[in-house]
Amino acid sequence: MHELSIALSIVEMAEERAEWMEARVAAVRVRIGPLSGVVPEALASAFDMAIEGTALAGARLVIEESPVVILCARCGERRPLPSASDFRCPVCGAPASEVVGGAELLVTALEVNP
Amino acid sequence: MTREPRIVEVRRNILRKNDLAARELRERFRGAGVFVVSLVSSPGSGKTAFLERTLASLGARFKVAALVGDLATENDAARLARSGALVRQIVTGAVCHLEAEMVRSALEGWMPPALDFLFVENVGNLVCPASYDLGESLRLVLLSVTEGEDKPLKYPPIFHGADLAVITKCDLAEAVGFDWQAAARSVEAVHPGLPVLRVSAKTGAGMAEWLAVCARLRAEAISAASSAAS
Repeated sequence: MHELSIALSIVEMAEERAEWMEARVAAVRVRIGPLSGVVPEALASAFDMAIEGTALAGARLVIEESPVVILCARCGERRPLPSASDFRCPVCGAPASEVVGGAELLVTALEVNP
Repeated sequence: MTREPRIVEVRRNILRKNDLAARELRERFRGAGVFVVSLVSSPGSGKTAFLERTLASLGARFKVAALVGDLATENDAARLARSGALVRQIVTGAVCHLEAEMVRSALEGWMPPALDFLFVENVGNLVCPASYDLGESLRLVLLSVTEGEDKPLKYPPIFHGADLAVITKCDLAEAVGFDWQAAARSVEAVHPGLPVLRVSAKTGAGMAEWLAVCARLRAEAISAASSAAS
């Protein structure tokens, strides 16, 4: 359960931005890939704990879950995978040799009230 | 009239601090010619026994040291120190994984000069360590035959992020009816092409092959670093 420490980093980053923009954060948007090792549900609960008593109190966390994406050597195409426990091209079945997405752990945007 | 919230694009890696610290460590290790191997696994998979044997064997030819992460005790460090290697414990308290900054601060004033290998044993946990780069050159994931063949399917990120899988406690494989083919299939499903070694730290089976791989990868890393520098 390292989601609390991840949530604290998100809050710290959002607070800095909000202070700099002199705005109040209504929501934080994050993107999480299945290879990041972060469980979205656990992060959502941890975020609610982490914002208590901070400038972000009351803010929402909007989680966008991104898929694992491979570059299939056989098809020559980027393919999102339906599951992180089957690294084969969903179209041609070739084992994935190059993974180009799925480890994201990003704050993508803030929704702020001026 | 209430104004609509404004959307501000940010695009910041949440683990940026860790990634920067890991990058600094990696550069420092490369500069010092140290090959750093980290070990992750679930608790009780035999990391410490495997490392004890590895340190004792490599220690005959190389200068080796180890950092050991543990939630509460210093038992593992005491066990590993019997191999004659330099060992330092990182007691993480409530933290379920190692971070690059913990490795950096443990090395502060301790990292022995002219080191060949540094082993970093993570806290026993197949979930959280997956998110944190420690600046290592090689990440091993250990899986014992007593855990079941489908572990990789249950923990894709940690198996996907590893460079080498080591199946431990092979001496017990027959007794527990371990299905080698099923294990190979689950590794392949989450990390196609991941090399897999089989060892028993108890009988020593497979250890020679692992030690040869370890020495070869270190030699390759050194020659790659020196050709990049020239």
